[in-house]
Amino acid sequence: MSTLNRRGFIKGAMLGAMMAAGLVTGHAFAADYPTAKVNTTGLAVTDTTVKVGILHSATGTMAISETGSIQAEKLAIEQINAMGGILGRKIEVIQEDGASDWPTFAEKAKKLLEKDKVASVMGCWTSASRKAALPVFEKDNGLLFYPTFYEGLEQSKNVFYTGQEATQQILAGLDWIAKEKKAKTFYLIGSDYIWPRTSMKIARKHIEQHLHGTVVGEEYIALGDTQFGSVINKIKLKKPDVIYAAVVGGSNVAWFKQLNAAGLNSSKQTMLTISVTEDEVLGIGGENLAGFYSAMKYFQSQDNPENKKFVEAFKKRWGKDAVIGDVTQAAYLGPWLYKAAVERAGSFDVDKVQAALPGYTFKDAPEGPVTVEANHHLTTKLRIGQWGKDGQAKVVYTSDYIKPDPFPKGYQ
Amino acid sequence: MFGYSMADIGNIVVMQGFSGLSMFTVLLLMALGLAIIFGQMGVINMAHGEFMTIGAYTTVLISKVAASYGFTDYYFVFAIAIAFLLAFAVGYFVEFIMIRHLYKRPLDTLLATWGLSLVMQQIFRSSFGAKEVSAELPEWMLGSFKPTPDIDIPINGVFVMVLAALVTFGVYMFMYKSRWGLRVRATVQNRTMAGAVGINTAKVDRVTFALGCGIAGIAGAAFTTIASTGPTTGTLYIVDSFMVVVFGGAASIVGTIASAFGIAQAQSVLQFFMTSSMGKVSTLLVIVTILMMKPEGLFASKLRK
Repeated sequence: MSTLNRRGFIKGAMLGAMMAAGLVTGHAFAADYPTAKVNTTGLAVTDTTVKVGILHSATGTMAISETGSIQAEKLAIEQINAMGGILGRKIEVIQEDGASDWPTFAEKAKKLLEKDKVASVMGCWTSASRKAALPVFEKDNGLLFYPTFYEGLEQSKNVFYTGQEATQQILAGLDWIAKEKKAKTFYLIGSDYIWPRTSMKIARKHIEQHLHGTVVGEEYIALGDTQFGSVINKIKLKKPDVIYAAVVGGSNVAWFKQLNAAGLNSSKQTMLTISVTEDEVLGIGGENLAGFYSAMKYFQSQDNPENKKFVEAFKKRWGKDAVIGDVTQAAYLGPWLYKAAVERAGSFDVDKVQAALPGYTFKDAPEGPVTVEANHHLTTKLRIGQWGKDGQAKVVYTSDYIKPDPFPKGYQ
Repeated sequence: MFGYSMADIGNIVVMQGFSGLSMFTVLLLMALGLAIIFGQMGVINMAHGEFMTIGAYTTVLISKVAASYGFTDYYFVFAIAIAFLLAFAVGYFVEFIMIRHLYKRPLDTLLATWGLSLVMQQIFRSSFGAKEVSAELPEWMLGSFKPTPDIDIPINGVFVMVLAALVTFGVYMFMYKSRWGLRVRATVQNRTMAGAVGINTAKVDRVTFALGCGIAGIAGAAFTTIASTGPTTGTLYIVDSFMVVVFGGAASIVGTIASAFGIAQAQSVLQFFMTSSMGKVSTLLVIVTILMMKPEGLFASKLRK
């Protein structure tokens, strides 16, 4: 000790103090929640980290849509880690690629839950991938945060649905357009798979029974079909007040381009779609969409401070050209809801976490406050956005809070 | 009649006729390149759709450049030329490193080109991103041409139609009126004999394959006017392309034209009177039935077996 000079001593003391401070802020917090107590089921939770899975398609057809979700989830996780993590533990991400192939989703879910022992998973996009992975989550008692708006008719204790179920997206939108545009006749058109078909079934019932309108045509297009000439001519003959559309993927772009080329633009035809978010606009082109309406719970252009902060952070992280659609925002909610649930439960155990989340209101959500209901869906508002040439929507209507109703009576 | 006025019905008949023709030209453009590769060379090129995607991405990129330099109004001419050249070059290269080793093994070509299509899709995804993009179309190509106030003829449809006519004419001239075409046909009819009279059959193969790919590139460029472009865009077109070529009779360009016309009209009319999916199903049923009776397609080549 005699060789230790003054400066060296101060340095050493400061270092010691810093280490001690580190122990106090970081470790002591985690020490309030000893691993043995907060993790009784053998999840991958240590004194300093917790493993969380991300399971989306980074390759294959669905990569188009799922990339935004992956980015949002990673951003949320990075922000949570910057704030000190969950119960003092940093989130470690294990990302798996579902490759747009449904059995792969099940296989990767199994790997995440059984081999990696992740505490929760942010993932799935299409209903098909969720349905494939669901039995795995139920068997292994995992926890899934699912971001996409979807057809409803499902509820599992192992899944939290951060997007809207069909009635939340459809009913208020139809009410608005019927009132605003005095619409009586509707033409329903969608891609040919479960989500558009279920949605149109609900829409038709609502139009016929509650709005006392008429459905003058109902049409389903094979996925990937790009020829709309005949359908557009049928629409021209029927002259509906409103086209109600749920066309997805590559077909979506062709649909809008050809509609415009056939002279049916927004000055002649009212259209409300439930399948166009900011992500899709990139491909469709603002000029083909200008004036048409989308019914979503979130639009990038929303003017509240939480959203401005979110949009800024997202662009800073993923580039200034990045756009944020409805599902991307819903995916961003996943990690935050998980954090809140664990903190409310004071535990990472899946049973405690899933019991703790219902009733929680996430006040800082970019879309505005959302509340988790007992049926694991969120109470949200519905917004109608009118698209502009710049690819952004102007919110022209915001509904009251709508409670989720995944098994709507009278609509099945 | 059914509560519609005669004028309404007249207008719809005109527009419906046009939409049938428009679908015909789209199918024709898709299938022409394949007709050359599959029909003339017997190579089942599963990556045909990806060559279209090359053309489509080329167009999107050039439209971006055009937008920043202010020649959006006429960039399409360059886009089509460059799309052709690029797809031609890639096709030439692919034939050289892969296809030529597999000529005697048609089923292996199928697998190899399918693999190639996956590789190309991932290359598109890695270099252009997974999201779909659109070419910025020139002002004059948007909207519709109105001979009367109630009839709308889409201008992009007319554009694809004119382009398809030009390409078909070009292919015809090449195949039947040029020395190159003569060599191609000679090689198809009798490879050994063609080689014996001094035709470099390996080179003929390479150029034929590259030409088919180049035409796919043009088709891809044209389709940016009606649909968007993504890494997997090609897969949307490949099935229809094969359907047209097989139904038309593999070795015949006239067959390809007739088959594209027949399929397009049937589908267009059926989709108008039935729902869209049922229209498609019915068309496929008719095709299957006809192929059962005439397995070699509408226009079989009269080759001595």
